[in-house]
Amino acid sequence: MIVIEAEGLKKNFGNVKALRGISFEVKRGEIFGFLGPNGAGKTTTVRILTCILKPDSGKARINGYDVVRDTLKAKQSIGVLPEVSNAYPDLTAWQNIMLIASLYGMRRSEAEARANELLKEFGIHERKDAKVRGFSKGMKQRLMLSMALISDPEIIFLDEPTSGLDVQSARMIREKILEIANERKTVFLTSHNMDEVNLLCDRVAIVNKGKIVTIDTPERLKSRVGGNVAIEVSFGDKVVLNLENAERFGNKYVIYTTNPYKTICEVVDFARKSGTKMISINTRTPTLEDAFLKLLEMER
Amino acid sequence: MKCLAIAKKDIVMYYLKGPVVIFGILLPLFLFLAFWIGRNLPLNFLIAGLISMTVFFASTSVSPVIAPWEGQMRTLERLLTCPISTTTIVFGDILASITFGIGISIVPLLLALGFGLMLNPVIIPAIILAAFCFSCLGLLFSAYPTNLPSTIMMISSLIRFPLIFISGIFIPIQELPAWGKTISMLSPLTYFTDIVRVSLGMSSFLPLYLDFIILAGFSIGFLALAIKLHEHALLRRL
Repeated sequence: MIVIEAEGLKKNFGNVKALRGISFEVKRGEIFGFLGPNGAGKTTTVRILTCILKPDSGKARINGYDVVRDTLKAKQSIGVLPEVSNAYPDLTAWQNIMLIASLYGMRRSEAEARANELLKEFGIHERKDAKVRGFSKGMKQRLMLSMALISDPEIIFLDEPTSGLDVQSARMIREKILEIANERKTVFLTSHNMDEVNLLCDRVAIVNKGKIVTIDTPERLKSRVGGNVAIEVSFGDKVVLNLENAERFGNKYVIYTTNPYKTICEVVDFARKSGTKMISINTRTPTLEDAFLKLLEMER
Repeated sequence: MKCLAIAKKDIVMYYLKGPVVIFGILLPLFLFLAFWIGRNLPLNFLIAGLISMTVFFASTSVSPVIAPWEGQMRTLERLLTCPISTTTIVFGDILASITFGIGISIVPLLLALGFGLMLNPVIIPAIILAAFCFSCLGLLFSAYPTNLPSTIMMISSLIRFPLIFISGIFIPIQELPAWGKTISMLSPLTYFTDIVRVSLGMSSFLPLYLDFIILAGFSIGFLALAIKLHEHALLRRL
């Protein structure tokens, strides 16, 4: 069952074309990653899907509800953790979470039970009557996630949920994301953390300059970089290595290959012939970051 | 009611602060003293002015800066993702402002009773209607899409202070020249001051029912305009 649908979304801000026709679908129970460089159109897409902005053209549906015509119904089925957002600093954690529960029209008893459960789960129950002003960044983010989940939504939009957090808070949030997906709920995750996206997401969309570059599983994306093995080699001198699929990073090269033995022999031959000292050579599988950068490079 | 939740949030976040409450009482009191000292004016005339100014200033003091504060604190986007409309947000903000305006108006009312003045009960619906009208006006000040509260305060002061002087608070409308009378009709505060004067036993410039109708008309106009303008302005604050 499709729960998030975007169909040819276009949005301009003055002369800036933020979205140039974004289309994708997300199935129920999926963790869907949305990646792209800064200014690619991620936040604009999320704001349209969460009914904050209206698209100039195209359609978007959340749980079958049109985001422009059935705004309130669409909003009722989602929970949102916006990227740039705060809880009210002069309200307590409890007042903040109960405010959101009221705005979702929850009954008081139901809201209190759910709020207690979430605040305990995220380790902030003991501070529930403290003003948010005194919370650490990790605690604030855990509270924000509790606020996003208070209505037990079918679809959760998380925009950079672990950005700048301590290890403990980040891990707690990642575990919760997996738990949510296990409950057959849908997570729309925007992140710059490639390891996180690789670890959590079933499928990933890469967006650039307001367009979708590709949508695939993390494993398939990684295999698209030109090989299934990445060889990292560093030289003592500055050299020019002319091998297929070789990319330079300072005095280090990364070569993507399907035949690591042959490639290593070529690299060693090159070092011998050019009289260059080889400092180190490692093999690893390509990462999602490699795939991301490669795909964006191909777009240029 | 979702707008009640917004109003409750506003009251805790923005209104229940010592400086806000003290300033809400002191500003009209200082204006009143500046006007009173050295002049031989009847007490009911002065108290009528004080009540009008207090309701006006209290109802327009915080409501204009809520939206820019929310934009600046980055709480606005969280609010906008909830299943509520702009109308609900505006109504919530207005409700909080009315509550504050009515609450602060108790101070000059007690002062009037303390001086032994008799108050006509018509003043109660008048204060409620005026607090509503001025709260809607306050929301209009913040329709300019900036997240700088100082800019909104400047716009607000540029409009509020001239309104005080053209609304018959310091000089009765009856004593104004023809052009002054015409200008005073443009201010909603004129009609509220007129009702307050009547409730304190003075003569009115307009029939009482007309004061109420015009004040209600201003309220509806301000409210409709505030909702319309905030639908665009809120998004530009993100």
